[in-house]
Amino acid sequence: MQRLTTREDLERMANTIRKDIISMLVEAGSGHSAGPLDLADIATALYFNVLNTSPKQKSDPDRDRLYISCGHTAPVWYATLARAGYFPIEELKTLRKLGSRLQGHIDRLTTPGVESSAASLGQGLGIACGSAYAGLIDNKTYQTYALLSDGEHDEGSTWEAVAFAGHYKLAHLTAIIDRNNIQIDGPTESVMRKENFKEKYEGFGWHVIEIDGHNMEEIIGACNEAKAIVEQPVCIIAHTIAGKGVGFMEYQYQWHGNPPNKEQAQEALAQLRTLGDKISGSDL
Amino acid sequence: MSNFSKDAHLSPLTLHKDIAMAATRDGYGTGVVEAGEAEENIVVLCADLTESTRSLQFKEKFPNRFIEMGVAEQNMAVVAAGLALNGKIPFVATYAVFSPGRNWDQIRISSCYNNLHVIFIGAHAGISVGPDGATHQAMEDISLTRTLPRMTVIVPCDAEEARKAIHAAKDAKGPVYIRLGRSATPKFTSEHTPFTIGKGQIFREGTDVAIIGAGPIIHSALVAAHALDQQGISCRVINMPSIKPIDSELIEQAARECKAIVTVEEHQILGGVGSAIAEVVAQTYPVPIEFIGMHNSFGESGKPEELLAKYNMDTPAIEKAVMKVLKRKNI
Repeated sequence: MQRLTTREDLERMANTIRKDIISMLVEAGSGHSAGPLDLADIATALYFNVLNTSPKQKSDPDRDRLYISCGHTAPVWYATLARAGYFPIEELKTLRKLGSRLQGHIDRLTTPGVESSAASLGQGLGIACGSAYAGLIDNKTYQTYALLSDGEHDEGSTWEAVAFAGHYKLAHLTAIIDRNNIQIDGPTESVMRKENFKEKYEGFGWHVIEIDGHNMEEIIGACNEAKAIVEQPVCIIAHTIAGKGVGFMEYQYQWHGNPPNKEQAQEALAQLRTLGDKISGSDL
Repeated sequence: MSNFSKDAHLSPLTLHKDIAMAATRDGYGTGVVEAGEAEENIVVLCADLTESTRSLQFKEKFPNRFIEMGVAEQNMAVVAAGLALNGKIPFVATYAVFSPGRNWDQIRISSCYNNLHVIFIGAHAGISVGPDGATHQAMEDISLTRTLPRMTVIVPCDAEEARKAIHAAKDAKGPVYIRLGRSATPKFTSEHTPFTIGKGQIFREGTDVAIIGAGPIIHSALVAAHALDQQGISCRVINMPSIKPIDSELIEQAARECKAIVTVEEHQILGGVGSAIAEVVAQTYPVPIEFIGMHNSFGESGKPEELLAKYNMDTPAIEKAVMKVLKRKNI
């Protein structure tokens, strides 16, 4: 896997992944737009810089693990895995089609690089807890990452896992919350109050870091900081803009579960191109 | 006189009042310690019911491989999946009303869809849980688990078979559900009684009616068959601990040879052991079937034997069902 170390290279890759997402979604005719677009920077930072893993390390017991809980954000992970060399980029256009290795929601058994199937919300953090606990038993130092949506914190099972990780002080566990403030039925705080995430996690014995989820330096810096904390699990609350990079999708909960049509996709791709192959987080 | 199949190697005291008694959960408790000694990757997860599920001995022997989950069955199922993804063989133990009762979705996605080797121990299943009442009497767990792709479902008939089932589950692939009871019931099989996932076993030879089922109720079936013998009715009794995969050949053979079947289980009729047997019979050699089990209702508090009698899951009820199916057979 190609490791990207400069902000420019990482932002260029994230923008490529955003274009992949738009192209995949318009070809599929269904799927989720907002979450995948806003996760492009985090996905890029993880697979091209942070994670000690690669297509060759799929069975390496010492590799870092990423468990994606919000399986509906599949397009961003498929695009990222393809760009990281897990499978051919051309395969992205098979998303959601019969016989495809790219199921509508992530499936460990079909897609190379996916660590665990997911999409029934509220399960990924528990899976990651099991991974981190296995590491404790085996005296391993690999890092386990869980990628969670803010919406799935409505699920009680998410909080069972938050309590478990805090209780057992799973120090090699890092949870990243995509705090994009939207879910299917509307803005997160109007659907079901979520705040204050920071105090809630701290109350369960976690260390919490808040970052701009579109700023590569902050994403990578927070992951490194989390890795250095050996007393407790770490939660990174990544503040993101739903639909990031496509103007008419940004902040719009209506784009949670819908794909662009052809005209919208053309407009989206044009916008992404005019960003000069990079997305800046400075407008936050 | 007993007509027990020699291959079944049943206890000579099977029909005797002095038969040794033990709960199937005790067989799990013994088996999981033996399995833990043989396989260091085995871990046990329990949701605040360590003694009651008989996981305590494992906890004391292997404290580093025992994980207390608190009363959080949903998280227990997914943490187990996370452990299995990383080389562990988790046994997930709590009451069946909570697992698979509460965490069915977690089992479906994290263990079955992921195709992981996680063994779910559903304790306190059946109406013979007794005085705790309907909330704690799992009567739906077989239906819930057998409908899940990739899941193996096992219902042991006594403590010894439960012990064997734990070893078989350890060596199996993919997710496994093992159903256990709370009450002490006759320990009528022996270490030589065959147990293989996917296979049933004729416990008693007979030609007029085949009684087929799973769980401790199989002992009641043997007692009923013995009583019916006095009336000149020859009952075959088949133990079918592997509900999924099920031994279709043995069921079809029974249908062809006996031409009438009574199914027995301590579970809802809807979707349970009887349903699984009927699915085979309907597709191979249709014959009349009567179903012993719970008829679409909840249980209640009471002594196990009182409840089994009230809800028609005891020896007299099985005898009546045999008489009924014989009448239908002769039409």
